[in-house]
Amino acid sequence: MNLNATFVGQSIAFVIFAYFCMKVVWPPVVAVLEERRKKIIDGLAAAERAQLDLAAAQTKAGEDKEIAKREAAEILDQAKRRANQIIEEAKDQARAEGERQLAAASAEIEQQANRAKEALREQVALIAIAGAEKILMKSIDQAANEELLKGLAAEL
Amino acid sequence: MAEAHSEVAYASSTEYVSHHLGFLTYGKVDGHWGFAHSPEEAAQMGFWALNVDTMLISLLLGIGFMAFYFLVSRKMTAGVPGPVQNFIELLAEFVIESVEGAFFAKNKFIAPLALTTFSWIFLMNTMDLVPVDWIPMFAQLVTGDSHLYFKAVPTTDINITLGFAVAVFLMVIYYSIKIKGVGGFAGGFLMYPFPKWYLAPLNLLIELPGFLAKPVSLALRLYGNMFAGEVIFLVIALLGYYQLPLHFAWAVFHILVIALQAYLFMMLTIVYLNQAHQVDH
Repeated sequence: MNLNATFVGQSIAFVIFAYFCMKVVWPPVVAVLEERRKKIIDGLAAAERAQLDLAAAQTKAGEDKEIAKREAAEILDQAKRRANQIIEEAKDQARAEGERQLAAASAEIEQQANRAKEALREQVALIAIAGAEKILMKSIDQAANEELLKGLAAEL
Repeated sequence: MAEAHSEVAYASSTEYVSHHLGFLTYGKVDGHWGFAHSPEEAAQMGFWALNVDTMLISLLLGIGFMAFYFLVSRKMTAGVPGPVQNFIELLAEFVIESVEGAFFAKNKFIAPLALTTFSWIFLMNTMDLVPVDWIPMFAQLVTGDSHLYFKAVPTTDINITLGFAVAVFLMVIYYSIKIKGVGGFAGGFLMYPFPKWYLAPLNLLIELPGFLAKPVSLALRLYGNMFAGEVIFLVIALLGYYQLPLHFAWAVFHILVIALQAYLFMMLTIVYLNQAHQVDH
């Protein structure tokens, strides 16, 4: 164990190495550590924010669902009411149409009956004239008697 | 391992151990420059000599880990880190945590200094786990000198540990003067613990030895621990085949010492520099 210049050499080497370490090696290492720290802080903040957003979105979704349910029920209700209404209208229309057709048919029947009566009346007048001709056995001016015959026919 | 040394005949186990404790010293002996052939010759060289073996291993390890850190730091990403980057980040965070726990002023130099101290001393200590004959034998093979002294564990050389300690000591003085000024620095010795001018000599007598003891204790603690571990490895290596389980057991225990001493050295460096930055002392 004898001291010699080795310790001076080692001292110098040590200082140079430490200086090199400070100037060249240390800054990028610390910078990276600091940057990662920042990244992690940001990441945690983002995660927390995302969680809050999720909770808000879930609440909103629940509300929307309630609203949608209510609207759907309303629409269903409306549709049912409308359907009933349509059915009622259809029934009314059918009833009115039936009555109208019935009325038309009875009017037709009456008309035909009247026409038949008219024809019958005319024929009765003719028969009466023919009968009268035969009874009177003489020719009568048809035109002169027309008035009389018509009045007779109207009385029938 | 002693038996394996067929080409180098050690007269005794004492010689085996002492040979492993010798340094490859380069210096001036008998009027010319050259390598010392024995510890006695190395001692004669005096101060202007260099322990080539420990210095070489120290620089190789230092350049190795610094180049590794440099290459990794070029490719750092703030995204998902790879395993290598993860390792560096772990190390950096460990150092930052240690500095934050013991250093309360602002100085950008402290953390890189602590990282360098810890990494370098840890690696040097780790050389203790390499079987004691491997590196010396390799050096002997390369040089062709079968009697070459080669010490593989730099921290078992007091010069290396003292090199760290002296550098730290000079930093402490530099920062003390920079922060407190020459007067404040001197006042720390003269007016503490008794703040009376006529007690200044007594204060100096109390404070100065403690201050000077710092680098010495720093250097000797590391050196002593590693040297003792090294000697035990050497003694175990003398046991022949029984050394294998014993070597393993001691190595496992020694891992603790290696990490602990590196950590201690780093922490004490931080603590001493923190004291240098405290104005109210």
